[in-house]
Amino acid sequence: MTTLNSKIPEGPIAQQWENYKAHTNLVNPSNRRKLDIIIIGSGLAGAAAAATLGEAGYNVKVFYFQDSPRRAHSIAAQGGINASRNYQNDNDSDYRLFYDTVKGGDYRGREENVYRLAQLSGNIIDQCVAQGVPFAREYGGTLANRSFGGAQVSRTFYASGATGQQLLLGAYSSMNRQIKAGKVKTYNRHEMLDVVIVDGKARGIIARDLVTGKIERFGAHAVVVASGGYGNVFYLSTNAMNCNATASWKIYKKGAYFANPCYAQIHPTCIPVSGEHQSKLTLMSESLRNDGRIWVPKNIEDVKAIREGKLKPTEIAEENRDYYLERRYPAFGNLVPRDVASRAAKERCDAGYGVNKAGFAVYLDLEDAIKRLGKDVVKERYGNLFDMYENITGDNPYVTPMMIYPASHYTMGGTWVDYETMTTISGLYSIGEANFSDHGANRLGASSLMQCLCDGYFVLPATISNYLNEDIHTGPIATDTADFDKAEADVTGLIDKLFAIKGSKSVDYFHKKLGKVMWDKVGLSRNEKNLKEAIEEIKVIREDFWKDVRVTGKSNQFNNELEKAIRVADFLELGELMAIDALNRKESCGAHYREESVELDGPQKGEAKRNDKDFTYVAAWEYMGEGKEPKLHKEELTFNAIELKQRNYK
Amino acid sequence: MDFTLKIWRQEDANAQGSMKEYKVTDISAETSFLEMLDVLNQNLIEKGEDVISFDNDCREGVCGTCSLYINGEAHGPKKLVTTCQLYMRSFKDGQTIYVEPFRANSFPVVKDLVVDRSAFERIQQAGGYVSFNAGGAPDANAIPIAKEDAADAFDAAECIGCGACVATCKNSSAMLFVSAKVSQFAYLPQGRVEATERVLNMVNQMDNEGFGNCTNTGACEVECPKGISLENIARLNREFLKANVVPK
Repeated sequence: MTTLNSKIPEGPIAQQWENYKAHTNLVNPSNRRKLDIIIIGSGLAGAAAAATLGEAGYNVKVFYFQDSPRRAHSIAAQGGINASRNYQNDNDSDYRLFYDTVKGGDYRGREENVYRLAQLSGNIIDQCVAQGVPFAREYGGTLANRSFGGAQVSRTFYASGATGQQLLLGAYSSMNRQIKAGKVKTYNRHEMLDVVIVDGKARGIIARDLVTGKIERFGAHAVVVASGGYGNVFYLSTNAMNCNATASWKIYKKGAYFANPCYAQIHPTCIPVSGEHQSKLTLMSESLRNDGRIWVPKNIEDVKAIREGKLKPTEIAEENRDYYLERRYPAFGNLVPRDVASRAAKERCDAGYGVNKAGFAVYLDLEDAIKRLGKDVVKERYGNLFDMYENITGDNPYVTPMMIYPASHYTMGGTWVDYETMTTISGLYSIGEANFSDHGANRLGASSLMQCLCDGYFVLPATISNYLNEDIHTGPIATDTADFDKAEADVTGLIDKLFAIKGSKSVDYFHKKLGKVMWDKVGLSRNEKNLKEAIEEIKVIREDFWKDVRVTGKSNQFNNELEKAIRVADFLELGELMAIDALNRKESCGAHYREESVELDGPQKGEAKRNDKDFTYVAAWEYMGEGKEPKLHKEELTFNAIELKQRNYK
Repeated sequence: MDFTLKIWRQEDANAQGSMKEYKVTDISAETSFLEMLDVLNQNLIEKGEDVISFDNDCREGVCGTCSLYINGEAHGPKKLVTTCQLYMRSFKDGQTIYVEPFRANSFPVVKDLVVDRSAFERIQQAGGYVSFNAGGAPDANAIPIAKEDAADAFDAAECIGCGACVATCKNSSAMLFVSAKVSQFAYLPQGRVEATERVLNMVNQMDNEGFGNCTNTGACEVECPKGISLENIARLNREFLKANVVPK
């Protein structure tokens, strides 16, 4: 059995990363060209890692299902990226960013990783500016900042409402430079369908060429999974249509532990569901909470009148509005962390105060900001978000408040990794959203971009040599071996099996069914009864899928239905693991809210109640085989640099 | 709402394609164009037919994947949006809608409505970057950049690489796409160092890929979902001229 060794370096927390780099094994530049690295995914983490490893002199192969690396869903991140630069002179520091991130994650992240993240955050901004990322500027020419949820300082750097796009294009441009230099080779429209393990080490992958359908083998000395999160398990989410967990799930089934799967972030400010054919949900950036105020009517009669179209929100007087975040959390107000804001919205809507026809929406109102700052300033800050909102809903947010509701957005859980971002399989790494490490049970806004780039530009390039230094005499990895034969046969077998079912229902039918169970029972609010039901219901859906799914088209052609079928088959297993993990964690922490674990009295009455005595650990699940219960391994979390205490945003 | 759809079907890059007619019924005005195609595909699956392939991913207008030519316009009738951000309220009940891929010699069809835009990749690889290795960057505030310059650079950098400009242009010119990247770096001090090589290499690659020349019709700007301005092409021409006539 593998024991979980997080490989935390010696020394005080602020010196650990320097200590690590000072003592780690290196590969000299002339040996790097003998070493091949495969990267799955071309988003912020994958592209940044590919560029940097290419610059270092390794041979990098990058695989992604999109037609271009620039399409990866990092591109959709809107609001910004955090860094502890203290450019605003508001007492920010590495420690404070570290503290906010650990606290925001409800003390369920690994503090040493988070500290490193905070220390490297400033370098990320330097790097991006050097690449020509057009961040917003002040009139003096210095970088502009804004605030995000869970922080009382302004440390978020941004490029209008398209920060993810600009950062991804920056990483993409650096990768392009390495492609031209011949150090990075890209495989577009290729999906990784299995990892190949040789003598306990990750030595390559099996991938499907999505245009020709050909199953291909690729060998390498190390494999890096940077394929993002699993928010699409809910069917409706802010993720892109093709975001999937297949790479992470395939490695789980080969022995990489999956950590904290129940930590799924439901983002508070998304455009509500509007119709039965809805295919995805659109995020409205958290940055809007800087200037926007969230409210519902105080009086239930006003709610009714609004739903019937007899009253407009702008006609409701100030004293008849319930700014419930400001009321409940005066210290942080509208800038409480996402989990707190989402639950508060659900609480109001469940109490009957939801303002759209379905009763699942609250107002996000920028009227005060427009009065205070003028329309031009608001337009400059949020113009593209307002345009996007108007285009989707047909309402003009300059005139009437936006309607928002929580939606699945990001997953803090993911493949378990140690301090070096290596999984429990030697030579197999996981970076970016795909791993579990930095955000605990809840991620703060503008921290996802930070973590992806930190992993890609700085962490992985510094840690991977500690593994690859043993491979300088290995030579190229042969792919005509029994291990590759077996892995390829498994993939071909899976595809044949899917086509052979010839059932009556589409892949989407099953995905929607799974999504509904996940949202209703493994979503914003969870309890033992619902979770047990969810586990049984998911099993039934899964059995039905394998009996009755219909995959049209052929395997040797471009076939999106086949791609979806493979992904949904994995979601049908992952969803169950999420419920198992949620059932095991009998406490409320961050995004994981158990109705049984709530403060019953005192100043925090009604707030989520953590149980540090029994649950201050990372739950890392080991795959034990089909139909068998996964095995729980615990990585105990210790907090030395920060006091373990209840989050208080009041 | 009900619609008659005439959609380009093509088995693969080498096959002969043709327009096929389909009907969809009972579509609400709030349904997006791609969701309407989802409904059509679900109907095809029920009949056991091969679904219509079309590229799409983020469905929020920023990834640049979706690429449909609808009733003779790239991304359809609404201005400043991608196909995924087009809603059926932009069409009339009972309307016939023609759906084709983004056509250009440099964008070969992969299947049905999916095209291969890897020519764009090669243009970016030719020079769309600042040569700077990770690590060792100076403090981000070390070089002040005027607010307007940063904003102008951002406006150019907003290009999503969808290819609507090429599909729209009668010459299949990629000048707007290339000019967006060249302009972004032209506004920033970080980009000036390699300005000469960048513009020469990118334009050269653009020509090698078989994209046509610009004849200033301005159609690209009209159909660009991100509103990338034609001024960028003027700037590209200036940069190109400068690179050719001014010795380094």
